[in-house]
Amino acid sequence: MAEQTGMVEKRGVGLWLTHLGLIIGVAFIFFPIWLAFVASTVSQPEIVRPPMPLLPGDQFFENYSKALTAGINAPVALMLGNSLFMALGIAIGKIAISLLSAFAIVYFKFPGKKLFFWLIFLTLMLPVEVRIVPTYEVIANFGMLNSYQGLILPLIASATATFLFRQFFMTVPDELAEAARVDGAGPMRFFFDILLPMSRTNIAALFVILFIYGWNQYLWPLLITTDPSMNTIVMGIKQMFPSGDDIADWPVIMATSILAMVPPVIVVVGMQKLFIRGLVESEK
Amino acid sequence: MGHMEKRVTFKGIWLPLLLVLPQILITAIFFFYPAGQAIWQSLFIPDPFGLSMQWVGLGNFEYLLSDRYYRASFVTTAVFSILVTVVSMGVALYLAILADRLIKGSGTYRTLLIWPYAVAPAVAGVLWLFMFNTRVGVVTWYLGLLGYDWNHVLNEGEAMGLVVVASAWGRISYNFLFFLAGLQAIPRSVIEAAAIDGAHFWTRFRTIVFPLLSPTTFFLLVVNIIYAFFETFGVIHTITSGGPQQATTILVYKVYSDGFVGQDLGSSAAQSVILLVIVSLLTVIQFKYIERRVHY
Amino acid sequence: MKHTISILAASAVLASSQAAMAQTEIEFWHAFTGRLGELVAEQVETFNSSQSDYTVVATHKGNYSETLNAGIAAFRAGEQPDILMVFEVGTATMMAAKGAIKPVYEVMDDGFDQSKYIGSVKGYYTSPDGDMLSLPFNSSTPVLWVNRDKLEEAGINPDTDLSTWEQVGSVLDQLKDAGVDCPMTTAWQSWIHLENFSAYHDVPFATKSNGFDGTDTELAFNSAAQVAHISAMGEWAQDGKFIYAGRRNEGGANFRAGECALFTESSAGYAGIKAEAEFDFEVRPLPYWKAVASEPQNTIIGGASLWVMEGQSDEEYQGVAAFLDFLSSPEIQAKWHQDTGYLPITSEAGDLTRSQGFYEANPGTDIAVIQMTAKEPTANSKGLRLGSFDQIRGIIDEELEAVWAGDKDAQAALDSAVERGNALLRRFEQASR
Repeated sequence: MAEQTGMVEKRGVGLWLTHLGLIIGVAFIFFPIWLAFVASTVSQPEIVRPPMPLLPGDQFFENYSKALTAGINAPVALMLGNSLFMALGIAIGKIAISLLSAFAIVYFKFPGKKLFFWLIFLTLMLPVEVRIVPTYEVIANFGMLNSYQGLILPLIASATATFLFRQFFMTVPDELAEAARVDGAGPMRFFFDILLPMSRTNIAALFVILFIYGWNQYLWPLLITTDPSMNTIVMGIKQMFPSGDDIADWPVIMATSILAMVPPVIVVVGMQKLFIRGLVESEK
Repeated sequence: MGHMEKRVTFKGIWLPLLLVLPQILITAIFFFYPAGQAIWQSLFIPDPFGLSMQWVGLGNFEYLLSDRYYRASFVTTAVFSILVTVVSMGVALYLAILADRLIKGSGTYRTLLIWPYAVAPAVAGVLWLFMFNTRVGVVTWYLGLLGYDWNHVLNEGEAMGLVVVASAWGRISYNFLFFLAGLQAIPRSVIEAAAIDGAHFWTRFRTIVFPLLSPTTFFLLVVNIIYAFFETFGVIHTITSGGPQQATTILVYKVYSDGFVGQDLGSSAAQSVILLVIVSLLTVIQFKYIERRVHY
Repeated sequence: MKHTISILAASAVLASSQAAMAQTEIEFWHAFTGRLGELVAEQVETFNSSQSDYTVVATHKGNYSETLNAGIAAFRAGEQPDILMVFEVGTATMMAAKGAIKPVYEVMDDGFDQSKYIGSVKGYYTSPDGDMLSLPFNSSTPVLWVNRDKLEEAGINPDTDLSTWEQVGSVLDQLKDAGVDCPMTTAWQSWIHLENFSAYHDVPFATKSNGFDGTDTELAFNSAAQVAHISAMGEWAQDGKFIYAGRRNEGGANFRAGECALFTESSAGYAGIKAEAEFDFEVRPLPYWKAVASEPQNTIIGGASLWVMEGQSDEEYQGVAAFLDFLSSPEIQAKWHQDTGYLPITSEAGDLTRSQGFYEANPGTDIAVIQMTAKEPTANSKGLRLGSFDQIRGIIDEELEAVWAGDKDAQAALDSAVERGNALLRRFEQASR
């Protein structure tokens, strides 16, 4: 029984049906990525004359070496570095402040608690784009244009992480806090010695979510970075799309898009065990 | 909101205030102040460069609510959000159930299924348009061979279908991870006991698995609706620009297009206020009535 | 590296006044990427190495609309660039922002000769007194692209006259009868089939000289001429003779792939079509309706111009003037025109291109220039100056789609577009009061 996972039923026809279902699902879900990959390995004429091929071509090295050197404002390597820094900053910063505030909201009674909860929760509901001009003015007044703080801080001001930690803390058995209190341990001792280690996998899950959220940002970095050395990779991809009547260089665009997917995919795949464990424990 | 209180709480007032301070500060400076400015603007018709402002009171709201195209986009938004949420959660749950049944090989499927999550929405729209371009997109071309004339630039249903699928696509991966985790967290003994009792798969799912998944489902419901409401305008802008006619003009796309394309900050701000009210109501309802029934 | 005399002269004067000072940085935000982005970078590089007082720093800020918004947000925060590229539909927005922009004719020194710029190009960007408010940068105009192979396949003489829509109509019939799936498609439907259509037939698109004479303008494109054209297009769409591919230039992909016989699109589509088309193609003037006008007026431009932002130092403005002067020089303009298919902004650049033998080597590339400049522009063909126009185009797109889909007739659709567009114009009028 120790070996068994899943919802029983896993032999014979049922097993094959399960595989079949998954293969169909994967085929649909993965197809656009596959197509982007194919497009990144063929030549432009093969793409623009329908139908484009469905199997990879022989232009892999040409297109990818072109993509790596083709950055519009800044080299691709630098943009990847900026994206990495921004994504890490957002993930770590948001996890830190959310852990603290979720801890306060769940484990304390203090005046204005409900208000704080709702204030934080409200931030889920007004996307950056709607308040983008005033936010830009705030950042400019702080002198944070073209800086990592400017890229990171406004995107930390949202409640997803707080919401998820709150959900998790609610499920932590009360006995643990009770025991800590009986032992005379202060709240911060409890937080660091018990709650934080328990949240380890949860933090990992959020790290993945927030890393990708940060990595995928487009409009905000575009607005506040004028210095090419601060550009991010998603900006870099969009910059390859021509405006007006020029034509798009599909193989290079697709090659860059695939390159831009690699770091977040490494993060998700690399952390998926921890990620899933994190979510599992939070939902128990 | 019975779930907001824990039985065991620590004492102290300054410590918790100190703990929430960083988040409150950042939220106040980078969210409430700018959002407040945006809301304040809803009472004016401002010049885009900030050179002058005309006080109009509730004029922007009157202007909007008397516009039948604006009123029509409420329905479009409801249809769109429900479809995105149902498609992305439904497909994800289905795939998660299948993946959960496997002992071996689920890692490969899982790895392939999470790639779309790593695609920036700004790029996802382009990718889907690339496949479905009228006549020359690869999917459109093969559909043409099968005798189906795909034409989302004039066919409203196809346009809605395309933006729903393109918006739901990345979320399927996200939801899949959550559902799979939720399923794997369900104690085996519970299910096996039910299986021994002779309960069928569907019965087991309905009576045991789904209720135990409800916290996950609730969380995903909230974040997916918020996603569909607010974060999909990039996809819509790229693929349909709200068309054909107004078939895919959802509320937030109009906020974006009035503010960002038309530089009509007054109208855009008024629409943000309307959206804020709607979503606040939705959230309160969700917390009051749904969370109460969620099993922890 | 070509050095122009005017630049050398300008920089010599300036160099003496601020010798040994650090170079003044000129910030230039633009919307060009890819091949066009490289050409802009090359222009900037040439300018920077031609003198030592100023360094132009060019930054790509996204597409046209993103670039405009970046400029607006930056201005509000006091961080605006010196030069901002704004697409032609943003002209009224920029013009109305009196405290945010510095008109080009004021930035340039006393020797600024506005008459060397081509009237129908600069006309879009001048004040009612004829002073240039911004510098046209990339301008194009719609033409008719023909896939000669496709005509031949359908048994039509590829040299057949296509100057009028009447003639195009009968060719479309023949193409359809010959089983061609896509007889005609278009890009930028509002720009080509309403805005340019109106100018080309010398009928108003909006009152008050298309908005040039005041923000209290009203749309007027629901008159008989436009209704007749949209009606004909609608019938062609119903019969499968006109294939609608999207609001932007999606149709270009179909044409370049060799699917479509005729294609109404900007003259700037040249480079792309040349790069991808594997068939014999040709440029023809945009057709006109013989029934509406005995001969066509001129077409109007699309594209973008460079606006100088308010609030910079005098040194920076001197640098801006030097850079804009450099961009206007015949050599730079001729090269830009030949590399991109955009129209030259001065007649000198056009003459230079002709004397270099470019038009002979690339037949058809001068069609756009001729079509623009054959006649002196009238009040109906100078251009458009309408607020919120990017959004009005969105409304027009919606209504035209209703016609193509057969949901509305042309009159009803255009009436509705006019009514909805006027509401936006009134808001703009109020905002810029």
